Amino acid sequence: MNKTTAAMFALAAGLSGALCLAGPAAAQQKEVVIGMQCDRTGPTQITGVVLCPAMHDYYDLINASGGVDGYKIKADEIDNEYKVPQAVEAYQRQKQEGAVLMTLYGTPMTVALNQRLEEDKIATTSPGFGIAAAADGSRYPYLFPIAATYWSQGAAAVKFVKDKLGGNLKGKKIAYVYYDNPAGKEPLPIIDELQKREGFELRTFAVPPPGVEVGAQILDITQRYRPDFVIAHLFGRSPAAAIKALKSNGYPLSKVVGLVWASSEADIQAAGGFAAAQGYHAMQFAGAGDNYPVRQQIKAMYKKEGREPIKLMDENTVYYNRGLLQAAIHVEGIRNALKLTGGAPPTGTDIKKGLEQIRGFTLDGLVPPLEITPTDHEGGGWVQIFQVKGGKFVKETDWFRAYRDVVEHALKTAE
Amino acid sequence: MFHRESGVFKTSYAADMALYPLPIAKWAVAALAGLFIVIVPLALDEYYVSILDLILIAIVGALGLNILVGYTGQISIGHGAFMSVGAYTAANLVVHLGAPFWVTIPAGGLMAALVGAVVGIPSLRIKGIYLAIATLAAQLIIEWTINHVPAISGGVQASIQVPRPSLFGTPLESQTQLYLFLMAFAVLAIVGTSNLARSRVGRAFIAVRDQDIAAEIIGISIFRYKLWAFAISSFYAGVTGVLYTYYLGIANYEQFQITVSIDYLAMIIIGGLGSVLGSIFGAAFVTLLPIVTRWFLESFGAFIFSQADLANIIPNLRLILFGSLIIFFLVVEPEGLNRLWRNVRNYFRVWPFSY
Repeated sequence: MNKTTAAMFALAAGLSGALCLAGPAAAQQKEVVIGMQCDRTGPTQITGVVLCPAMHDYYDLINASGGVDGYKIKADEIDNEYKVPQAVEAYQRQKQEGAVLMTLYGTPMTVALNQRLEEDKIATTSPGFGIAAAADGSRYPYLFPIAATYWSQGAAAVKFVKDKLGGNLKGKKIAYVYYDNPAGKEPLPIIDELQKREGFELRTFAVPPPGVEVGAQILDITQRYRPDFVIAHLFGRSPAAAIKALKSNGYPLSKVVGLVWASSEADIQAAGGFAAAQGYHAMQFAGAGDNYPVRQQIKAMYKKEGREPIKLMDENTVYYNRGLLQAAIHVEGIRNALKLTGGAPPTGTDIKKGLEQIRGFTLDGLVPPLEITPTDHEGGGWVQIFQVKGGKFVKETDWFRAYRDVVEHALKTAE
Repeated sequence: MFHRESGVFKTSYAADMALYPLPIAKWAVAALAGLFIVIVPLALDEYYVSILDLILIAIVGALGLNILVGYTGQISIGHGAFMSVGAYTAANLVVHLGAPFWVTIPAGGLMAALVGAVVGIPSLRIKGIYLAIATLAAQLIIEWTINHVPAISGGVQASIQVPRPSLFGTPLESQTQLYLFLMAFAVLAIVGTSNLARSRVGRAFIAVRDQDIAAEIIGISIFRYKLWAFAISSFYAGVTGVLYTYYLGIANYEQFQITVSIDYLAMIIIGGLGSVLGSIFGAAFVTLLPIVTRWFLESFGAFIFSQADLANIIPNLRLILFGSLIIFFLVVEPEGLNRLWRNVRNYFRVWPFSY
């Protein structure tokens, strides 16, 4: 046997040894296992590297104060690289480890696992991912979008534009620039419907993936169409590219509103910083900025333990706070579920019921006034608009939602 | 007395054509089949069965791609898209006509074969890297079409929910049931490919790969066999797409994007081009490697890193490890895992009298 073959054997032996060691941990008493899927390495890692640590921080904060009614939270995180096979494997592993509540990451993974969730009865949150129709809890019993869906976001954006343009949209021109994938096209039926109702003129501009080439579309918008307002629904690197291009074409950014994935500090920084993006409106489903007590509590917890919180906590408050929102909703769901079971370990169905009882939980303004019910898993579809002003995000509107009849009609008639 | 044969001596054409040159191969395959079809589903936990499910699906796709790349010497970066063709064909048949799986699986395969054959037309004029770009274009065109034609994609979401396959009225829901379901098709694909390779068509493929001008001179129609290769290979890809759709319960084109095409190419290159066993090794390797590296890091990472860092380090280190292991294996044996396995096997065949 030559040396390389021997090395192969050694490696194989080492790996199989590792397999044996890494058997599933036995479920311990008084513990609720949450399965987290993250994307710290895939195409959307810009979100994952902030959102996931934020969730861990919140769970740590809860555990440090004794957990939820005596139950500690064990968050089991697996990176799915934004790939479906990895997500399937991660799901099965977390299920095996006894997860009764999960968080999924990425639209393809959410739709791929949806049927399993129902079969296995595991409550799952997917804020900002998956399909808008999942807001209907009677059709998607175990999937909780919890944040405003793209339909609600589209409706809210139109309402915001209407307010900005003096309360009447008749004869006004709106440009909708979107990432050309299913998620990007999702708000279109709602905006089309509102166009008929409000009488504005709408033109859509598709940006093909990966969305960094926006020059042609932006030139078309700014030089030819010259709209009164721009609604941007972009992901990844393309919000920054669009902001830059709009700016260099002389279009006022105060007439641009970005939906929730075009709204983080990272996007603004990549577009040339807060000074350059002055005036841009950013839609949020969780509060932005540092001005929330829970963030101070987390910082205090880190200080007490003599550690440093991650830098991105302050550099990207938008995604960090979204992580907090998600974790906080989880904890409230578990709290409600424990009330239902009278302290017995909750099952996935109990947690589903617990999540469906969340009302009036705002985490001092970071979370919208959600009202999750067995039929409404979106919690109302609340958003807030922040504006880039003086080097930071400044709150421009309070929590609001709009055109609920249109959104609810779309939900009812969804295939 | 325990003894082994001293070599492989073929005395007839039939022996030369045999699937198993040695009796031990036959017994080994029978034992493996027994292990994976009977014992594994009974003994293994659901989680491990789910990993095997993913491997089985990948095996079908890798075999298909290997027919094209390994046996015929053409290249395709569009196999992810061919899978989505199969997936959406099957999903539409199920949703609109309520077709059972024994209709949708061949139908999805045939539709993919048709599209694949059309995409294969450029292969008659161009080769190598040029063909790669042509198939890459096909990947993008198919993605775009599915994204923009609601009649195919079932609406703006571009995803169609599909009920689980049912056999004699029982829906196959659990991982073990699906395992046996997928196993049936994986076995069909393995047997089909092994036999294809030693048939007239398979030999023509190999002739085209080795030297297409020479193949043409000895009377092989390049036109026909190149398109056959694309069609058969895409048929496998289409079936893979349908199996994925049944396994997940949904057809969604975002599951079949270009990274998937690349992953499958990685499988057959690591496993070994032009070999059935290599496709199986490659599919298992690429599916298992991320899982094993994570287990490895979770077990031993805690000795080096703090728990909070670990969450961030594992996924990144896993990618580095994944990449370096692929390079390592290819440097050790450029002809893939299949060759590596043969080296090990041959070593033990003559053990202890190695030379």
